[in-house]
Amino acid sequence: MSLATLSLTQASRLLQRGEISSRELTRAALDSIAAQNGRLNAFLFVDEPGALKQADAADESRKRKAAPSPLSGIPLAVKDVLTVAGMPCTCGSKILENYIPPFTATAVKKLQEAGMVVLGKTNTDEFAMGSSTENSAYGVTRNPWDLSRVPGGSSGGSAAAVAARMACAALGSDTGGSVRQPASFCGVTGLKPTYGRVSRYGLVAYGSSLDSVGAFGRSAQDVAAIFSAMQGSDPLDATAQNLPAGEISLEAPDNLQGVRIGVPKEYFIDGIQPAVEKKIREAIALFEQLGAEIIEISLPHTEYALPVYYLIAPAEASANLARFDGVRYGPRAEAETMWDVFTKTRGEKFGDEVQRRIMLGTYALSAGYYDAFYGQAQKVRTLIKRDFEQAFSLVDAIACPVAPTTAFPIGAHGDDPLAMYLEDVFTLPANLAGVPGLAFPVGFDENQLPVGMQLMGPHFAEAALLRLAHAYQQATEWHLAILPPL
Amino acid sequence: MSLSLQEVEHIAQLARLDLSEAEKARYRLQLSAILDYVAQLQKLDTASIPPTASIFGAASPLRPDEPRPGLTRDELLKNAPEREAGQFKIPPVFGDGTPSAEE
Repeated sequence: MSLATLSLTQASRLLQRGEISSRELTRAALDSIAAQNGRLNAFLFVDEPGALKQADAADESRKRKAAPSPLSGIPLAVKDVLTVAGMPCTCGSKILENYIPPFTATAVKKLQEAGMVVLGKTNTDEFAMGSSTENSAYGVTRNPWDLSRVPGGSSGGSAAAVAARMACAALGSDTGGSVRQPASFCGVTGLKPTYGRVSRYGLVAYGSSLDSVGAFGRSAQDVAAIFSAMQGSDPLDATAQNLPAGEISLEAPDNLQGVRIGVPKEYFIDGIQPAVEKKIREAIALFEQLGAEIIEISLPHTEYALPVYYLIAPAEASANLARFDGVRYGPRAEAETMWDVFTKTRGEKFGDEVQRRIMLGTYALSAGYYDAFYGQAQKVRTLIKRDFEQAFSLVDAIACPVAPTTAFPIGAHGDDPLAMYLEDVFTLPANLAGVPGLAFPVGFDENQLPVGMQLMGPHFAEAALLRLAHAYQQATEWHLAILPPL
Repeated sequence: MSLSLQEVEHIAQLARLDLSEAEKARYRLQLSAILDYVAQLQKLDTASIPPTASIFGAASPLRPDEPRPGLTRDELLKNAPEREAGQFKIPPVFGDGTPSAEE
């Protein structure tokens, strides 16, 4: 059995006992990538020599009893919207085709300082705009459970890498569901932290009031270890909150007595795949068996989250992506004047979805339309935030589906952007309210595709969500399911 | 609501996007459909609702404003498509193609 099949938690234990070396573990991950990436396209860049060098350094420090953390020596994949100094950072776009950042994202840096081994960069929808990785300029990532289907997105490469045992853990970003939805589609555990809980320095900006850096692992335990190590304040990001760090204890209580879980009726709508609803209801019933109190709640403005998001995120994107103009980085289209360089470079190198969102945002912010579109969206966002504040005065966590369906076939949404946007209907509200969300597998549909449950909590309640998912994973084995041979 | 081709061209110009005729036609239809969808927000009465200005309402954590090492000039210029004499090099800013003042 390859060491690549070890979870982060298992690998950490064996490394600490000296039963395996980081070099062996990293070699196994690299071999797994070499064997599978041709058909999955999860990685856009693999740094084999660099990874082995980091692994050797981790082994050496452990020998000296100087390992910086229990994560030391564990292989990590990084979504290609987070910078790692010296590695390409394409953001899945032709406009950053040859860009090699000179600095490392804080979240990555904290994990490197904890001793983790960065394997390389994973595929993403261009600038994280999409729900399937079909918008990557470097080809779609395939779902390891069914190669004819998408892995979800935009962090589809990271989710697929963890599901296919190419990395013990991976980083992603989540602006509207980009960690949680691919985690659900690929049957892994994925956390979108509270806005500001993890530094965004080095995350290429998409929607700055919504962006968060999240993590994938095979279990809540894996994700808790990564999250603890990467969260915290950062002098380079003024939104990164200064909260006590520390490891998250997942000591599962004997039962969940006293925990109140809310089930929002607006998340069980017409059009939800019946198998998804069934599995979510079963998981809720299990939480009840474990002792939690289940309370039906209402988040009355849920239906407006999607239109609010598709005004605010494109508006912020239109400003953030103004920096890609062919002057400081990336390829440049040839033209006689500066203005033509801008428009030609951006016209040629941005893909369709990015151009659509830039135009949508530009329109929503333009004179005469600002109040009706952007201004109104920011007000309705307040109503959505208030829904959550009200709900969390009644319950400790909210349980619902991650997405209305399981992984859909590649090409299913063709040329219909609005149909693709509807994939995010259950994940967008957490970004608008800034609350944390955790996705984890709770079973399979009729096609043997994973179904994911989402738990949301109040600001900074990541530990509580991880403990709930851990309690569920102690009682079930869905997170241990093995991929079918493909 | 339906965007006209002229409106699409105006937005593309504001956003500095050079689009083909086929792209303009496609985006016109797609953006019109998306705007129709998001226009449902306008039916909500928000007269007394403040816009969301920040997630927490609390002040952002600040750091002391002290000099510290940053990236070097070489590191910053390394990815530039064109550079000269330690600077980014660009084609002329003024001349034909300069955007008009009415934007």
